[in-house]
Amino acid sequence: MSLDALYQEIILEHYKNPRNFGKLDESRAKAHYENPSCGDQIDLQIVLNDDMVVEDIRFQGRGCAISQASASLMTEAVKGKPLDEVQKIIESFTSLMTGEGEITVELGDLEALEGVKKFPVRVKCAMLGWTALKSLLERETKS
Amino acid sequence: MIDLSRYRKDFPILNQTVKGRPLIYLDNAATAQKPLQVIGTVDQYYREYNSNVHRGLHTLSERATRAYEKAREKVARFIHAPRSEEVIFTRNTTESINLVAYTWARKFLKAGDAILLTEMEHHSNLVPWHLLREEKSIELRFIPVTPRGELDLQHLKQLLDGVRLVSVTHMSNVLGTINPVEVITEEAHAAGAKVLIDGAQAVPHMPVNVQDIDCDFYAFSGHKMCGPTGVGVLWARAEILRDMPPFLGGGEMIHEVHLNHSDYADIPNKFEAGTPNIAQAIGLGAAVDYLSRVGMENILQHEQEIGALAIEKLKSIKGLRIFGESEKRGAAISFEIEGVHPHDIATILDEQGIAIRAGHHCAQPLMRKFNVQSTARASFYFYNVPEEIDILVDALKTAKRLFGYVT
Repeated sequence: MSLDALYQEIILEHYKNPRNFGKLDESRAKAHYENPSCGDQIDLQIVLNDDMVVEDIRFQGRGCAISQASASLMTEAVKGKPLDEVQKIIESFTSLMTGEGEITVELGDLEALEGVKKFPVRVKCAMLGWTALKSLLERETKS
Repeated sequence: MIDLSRYRKDFPILNQTVKGRPLIYLDNAATAQKPLQVIGTVDQYYREYNSNVHRGLHTLSERATRAYEKAREKVARFIHAPRSEEVIFTRNTTESINLVAYTWARKFLKAGDAILLTEMEHHSNLVPWHLLREEKSIELRFIPVTPRGELDLQHLKQLLDGVRLVSVTHMSNVLGTINPVEVITEEAHAAGAKVLIDGAQAVPHMPVNVQDIDCDFYAFSGHKMCGPTGVGVLWARAEILRDMPPFLGGGEMIHEVHLNHSDYADIPNKFEAGTPNIAQAIGLGAAVDYLSRVGMENILQHEQEIGALAIEKLKSIKGLRIFGESEKRGAAISFEIEGVHPHDIATILDEQGIAIRAGHHCAQPLMRKFNVQSTARASFYFYNVPEEIDILVDALKTAKRLFGYVT
């Protein structure tokens, strides 16, 4: 049934026990994103080391199972990865959600979110954390 | 329970399946469905006498003008307005409130004056006043909301000191609470303030008599009361409307125009610049006829009964919390379920053919007051039946189970 496809066990598990949840030092780069139509929100912090590898990533947020699980799965997927690979993960996940573009990397557990594609109004929920990550990386790589 | 189910057959939209299940439409506080009588009236206008009003000298235009003005009379009678020219057709409640903010308040309020609102207002009764405050140094005050979801009127007299306008919702779109607008109006008038009532949730669901309330302005929307979208109403006392400057300038609202100045038409035309929403206004007239046939007393009784039954059955779900416990309430019921976000509830319900609203309901300050980000809301109308409550409750239990909670 399509509901089970949307709310897979792994999604509900991440919703109830989000990974990398919390706050880093205030001095770390931070992005706050909110979905004004539903009020879901996320605070994302990231540490890129000198080799441009994601050394640490944390998020805090309030919102639906889809937005929070997606953010949690995202932190797991990008932690410890070099920037160019993180970019590929972002692009590939966006493709998974929109059905446009190519999936160039193994998405692993993130594939559990594929069911969201069938619920167009919920795609923005799944993308909340990713939008924050994208803008944070743009800012960080510029500076 | 009073049985109004015989009217369901007038609503073709209700007779369909969504995701393979019979549609259960519980988003009536957002917009109501339209009966054949309204759809047919709008259809007939476009098929038989579509033309512009008030200026054509031909047969079709005369017929359209008569129907448009007839709709104004019907609406006036429906809310017991003493004169039909006091009924101004707008786009919706939001535009009606903005009209008062942009014309009456801009002309008559000065720096230091205060406007009294409440903590349970819809954004449409907050933002227009924020905009006004950017222009004039007026003060905004708020009647607090109690944990039960009622207005705390204990300090109303002190709050009214220096207030020129009180603007308050008749029925909360989140809490369902029916506010004692007669009491508030009496106190406000004693303090020398004018009173605007946001009746968007009240007019569709209960008898409203603007003369009994004794308010100065009353705003509501057509689409929440079985009428078309795109038409709303501002009612105001004739003498106040005559003192107000026009809102929008253009055709239809003038008496005489010169290159450098113009004289304005009398009410109501003064506030209806340009070609109005003719089809929608005529459709609203048909909606008023329809609701009158059902009977507003019957509708109120049905909603209080079905609302009470829904609350009772919802409360049987463990971990479900209802916002708004006023004794005097309509059938808009906001709730949350511990551990299941309102958006997930809405999606899971939609998969079972049930339409509810989830979100902040355009009342973010009220959400903050209750310390929630959003709620789920089921809102009933006279065409809803008790069986739909049972299906709703079962679906909510499914949602809990899906999220791994014991029901």
